[in-house]
Amino acid sequence: MMSKKPQKRLTPKQKERRKFLRSIALTVGVSGMALLGMVPVLGKWVQRLRPPGALKEEKFLAACIKCGQCVQVCPVEAIKLADMTDGLGVGVPHIDPREQACDFSCDGLQCVLACPTGALIHEISFPSEVDMGIAKTVNLKQCLAVNGQGFKGLARGADFKGKLRYAQIDRWNPIKLAEHPYDLELCDLCVRQCPIEISIAECAAEDEKRQSGKVDLVAVRQKNECPPKHAIELQEIDGRMTPVILDGCVGCGVCEMVCPVEPAVIVMDSSDSRANSQGMRTL
Amino acid sequence: MSNFIESIRVLLGGAPKRISKKDMPEEVRELHSHKFADKERIEKIHIELAEKHANPPPERLRRRRWAVLIAVNLLFVLSYHLDIQLLEGALTASRFAGFHMADLNSALQVMLAFKHVVINLVIGTTTVFILWWLLGGRTFCSWVCPYHLVAEWAEMLHLKLVDKGWARDIQFDRRSRTWLWLVFVILAVVTGYTVYESISPTGILSRALIYGPGVALIWVALLLLFEIFFSRRAWCRYACPIGLTYGIVGATSPFTVRYQLPNCFHEGECRKVCLVPHVLDTVLKGKAKAMEVDIGADCTRCLRCVDACPTGALTFKYKGLSS
Repeated sequence: MMSKKPQKRLTPKQKERRKFLRSIALTVGVSGMALLGMVPVLGKWVQRLRPPGALKEEKFLAACIKCGQCVQVCPVEAIKLADMTDGLGVGVPHIDPREQACDFSCDGLQCVLACPTGALIHEISFPSEVDMGIAKTVNLKQCLAVNGQGFKGLARGADFKGKLRYAQIDRWNPIKLAEHPYDLELCDLCVRQCPIEISIAECAAEDEKRQSGKVDLVAVRQKNECPPKHAIELQEIDGRMTPVILDGCVGCGVCEMVCPVEPAVIVMDSSDSRANSQGMRTL
Repeated sequence: MSNFIESIRVLLGGAPKRISKKDMPEEVRELHSHKFADKERIEKIHIELAEKHANPPPERLRRRRWAVLIAVNLLFVLSYHLDIQLLEGALTASRFAGFHMADLNSALQVMLAFKHVVINLVIGTTTVFILWWLLGGRTFCSWVCPYHLVAEWAEMLHLKLVDKGWARDIQFDRRSRTWLWLVFVILAVVTGYTVYESISPTGILSRALIYGPGVALIWVALLLLFEIFFSRRAWCRYACPIGLTYGIVGATSPFTVRYQLPNCFHEGECRKVCLVPHVLDTVLKGKAKAMEVDIGADCTRCLRCVDACPTGALTFKYKGLSS
């Protein structure tokens, strides 16, 4: 009798035991799935650029609640939430600068203000204090400036969807890179469009106006509102104009986005600079 | 107090305790023994039930609940896409008209992993705690969670397949949810990462609705397939730590489903539709220990039992408000 239909002859105690073991398996399975997703994220298998104000990677991952409020407020939609296959943490925000860099066209670091958990540090106020990473030049042989070449046309072609703020065209609404052709004798796009460099130039122009008495009422400038350090410049090295990254670079990625060479001569590196970052630079 | 402890015990996965007849109040004992004297009435109920099964009427409260669930999730989607800015963020954390809200389980995970709490998160967590305490705790599950809705659809399919013998309902020990809740609490503390969030179907679905679909939806699909073919409502019943968190919040909530013994003829219709039938243990013949019993903390206040009961023995009550 017993041997014919063993599975139907389980005593209640055996059934209970099986149910218990099944449940252990369920618990282990679900925990295992979650842990599996964690390995590439905490192991930093993939390079990642985090939004402005992001704490040191470990702390950022701990603090982020994955709500995407930073995504919603970004005027150029630079911030994306990572998918399960990205290895950047499901629902955790990151920036792919070659597609759409953070150009600080919100001025006030809206993503930082939107963050409900402080994963993006609330003490930060100005772009010059941002510490997302640092630009680095790769394969300089391809650089148009190094080769003494100019640039004419659309930096990334007519189909490129990325946006950038051109303050002289519209202070408040960024436009598509594809709507803004260039005609440069020597390509200096990475320097020309650098938000830090633009900000320094604007401050200098304002200072000049103020000194010549053309402005009667000026708000008191706050610390770091005008970037205290330059971020990038073309330097003559061995008779060639070469882009050189300076101490003021915050890793926003605009130079990587606008670089017309494929693949880009200048890319963001967040690994070293953010290893000890507190989420912002003390200048 | 003993009711509260029992409610928490069942929430954590314990089997409902049954009290012996001699411990019941006299009137309850009396009712239990004379319940079936009125043969005529019972006959009538059976005829009505047979009619109801042949021609199922619309589940009024279920439709309303689905409407609320869809409206809340739609508000998130529209706030972003139409830039209404009324409800920004996702279910894990958001701003309603600028005011912070944070999902309690997500906030708990972040606090444990980050080991530091900013004031915005305190505001958001407190607001949501009060909100869901007032509304009934696991009310979040059945009235807001998008996974609950797709799981309900999957459940409808599952029941049809079970009828045809193409699917089974494998049962698990309900304590597995408590274990998982603990596992994810420990993992958050130890790894410093909100490990649960990477597999949370609630978070994944909410973000997919708002920010667009992704590969993570495959995980949600796998969960649904498991529920359809192998185990009815498995995720909500045996796994989801969010459900447990909100269950604890709602344990003392004034919003509850109330059982009235005199009206009950033990047809068992309520337990057939219930996501968490263990909370309805009291409706079994001879089990109720009082004339009125409030249903326990694990109840999601989905109100399907209220719709299903042929004799009006189950109603929803807001304690403190006269009805």
